[in-house]
Amino acid sequence: MSLIEVKGLKKSYGDLQAVRGLDLQIEQGEIFSLLGPNGAGKTTTVEILEGFRTRDSGSVSVLGVDPQIKGHESRIWRNRIGIVLQNSADAGDLSVSETVEHFSNYYSNPLNVQEVINSVGLDEKQSSLIRTLSGGQRRRLDVALGIIGNPELLFLDEPTTGFDPQARRAFWSLIQQLRNDGTTILLTTHYLDEAQALADRVAVINHGQIVEISTPTELGGRATAQATVQWRDGAQIKLEKTDNPTALVSKLSAHFGGEVPEVIVTRPSLEDIYLEMIGNPNE
Amino acid sequence: MNKVPSALKIGLRRGSLEIKQFSRQRESVVFTLFFPVILLVIFGSVFQNTIAPGVTFSQYFVAGMIASGLVNTGFQALAITIPMERDVGALKRLRGTPMPASSYFIGKAILIFASMAVQIIMLLGFGVLFFGLEMPTDISKWVTFTWLVILGSACSTALGIAFSIVPKSGRGASAVVSPIVIILQFFSGVFFVFTQLPTWMQQVAAIFPLKWLTQGMRSVFLPDSFAAEEVAKSWEIGRTFVILMLWLAIGIFFSVRKFKWDRD
Repeated sequence: MSLIEVKGLKKSYGDLQAVRGLDLQIEQGEIFSLLGPNGAGKTTTVEILEGFRTRDSGSVSVLGVDPQIKGHESRIWRNRIGIVLQNSADAGDLSVSETVEHFSNYYSNPLNVQEVINSVGLDEKQSSLIRTLSGGQRRRLDVALGIIGNPELLFLDEPTTGFDPQARRAFWSLIQQLRNDGTTILLTTHYLDEAQALADRVAVINHGQIVEISTPTELGGRATAQATVQWRDGAQIKLEKTDNPTALVSKLSAHFGGEVPEVIVTRPSLEDIYLEMIGNPNE
Repeated sequence: MNKVPSALKIGLRRGSLEIKQFSRQRESVVFTLFFPVILLVIFGSVFQNTIAPGVTFSQYFVAGMIASGLVNTGFQALAITIPMERDVGALKRLRGTPMPASSYFIGKAILIFASMAVQIIMLLGFGVLFFGLEMPTDISKWVTFTWLVILGSACSTALGIAFSIVPKSGRGASAVVSPIVIILQFFSGVFFVFTQLPTWMQQVAAIFPLKWLTQGMRSVFLPDSFAAEEVAKSWEIGRTFVILMLWLAIGIFFSVRKFKWDRD
């Protein structure tokens, strides 16, 4: 059985149908990324999976449990998951280690507090009060609090918003490390390069339904899409779209007698494919 | 692996965390713990008259300040700070963990009880040293005092948590909550002698817990002869207990059933 199974999920707010019959399966040990424009039903879907919202119809199973479960059963279920939300800016008057240590008391089998602080790269900041942390450091603390319970499944919502490029790379390797340690991760992100770098599979969601589920390299026929070869011919930059870029480049190589000047071979980026799939919202 | 820590165990940890957090917020420490003492100094210095044989206004006022301290420290503080915690996403984060709601409530109750204890010691100290407050010598008075503080704190905590669902945002919370508390203080005989208030005001006040807490505190700190000066010609201790228990039940009911963890 899959770690997360969703069938025919529907949710409306008044007249607005946010989710209209959504199907999804997420397997153990993968990083699965949900992509979609604002208002596509992404947040609603994730919040239903996290047990924060109720659904109108359809079936949902997360770790074999219905997230709408209540009472003690719900505590046992939450003991197995970790959630990293967008914008949490609380408890500014506690230090990093006090906060992580406190949250570890909520779980039956928490990870070692010091190891978690080290793994998110906050070891030098562990005695600092939270309100003195930078945005990126706070986000790392959010992740520390999400993983301290040693979750089987981690929800990550827009984790790197506001990060500088270096901090993002460091953060990505942290997430990959977690996956390598066996944690299944559901990543919601606006950054296509982030999905490309991290996700084993991506789902594009629009108008409350799944448009396609695939790997980042194959989404929307990306792997087999026509490549564009670009090179310099004298004063001119030339472009050619082709199904056989290797053949074209070797032809060019023969023509130029070795190196092709300024040669670039590209396929449509994940972003190009994604934008094509969701359509132009202004149209 | 399914043995999650008990709600009480987490609640106690939350209590000590809440106290730690609170003690690091200098403004709220000063406001919560010193403000009643400052009020006592002002009112005690302005009104030095005697309101009955052997009873000065400042004695009357100390009883009222301890009672309204319960409302300020519990109800008012929680109804304002919980919406703030909700605004910054702190409550939603807690909701996503195995921490049960009851642990959060226990933590708040511990915080309120601890700050109430400090506040009472300061009020009594100032009252005795500067305003002629006499400590009761009768053990039964201390018994009344103890259950009034415990039940009053619990009631105030539960109602503060329950009322935290009313303000839409942390920013607007103070504007919603503070006027209610100030009006209640005027109506309940904290700033004025209760029996000198218009009858309709007394009747409105009698619905709410503060009037009963103040009257109960007067029964502890004023001579028994003063009971005859009360509206009912008695301290009405039994009725006070029943009314506070009722409000506690109302507070717990709405806290458990209606508590809001998220903004929307």
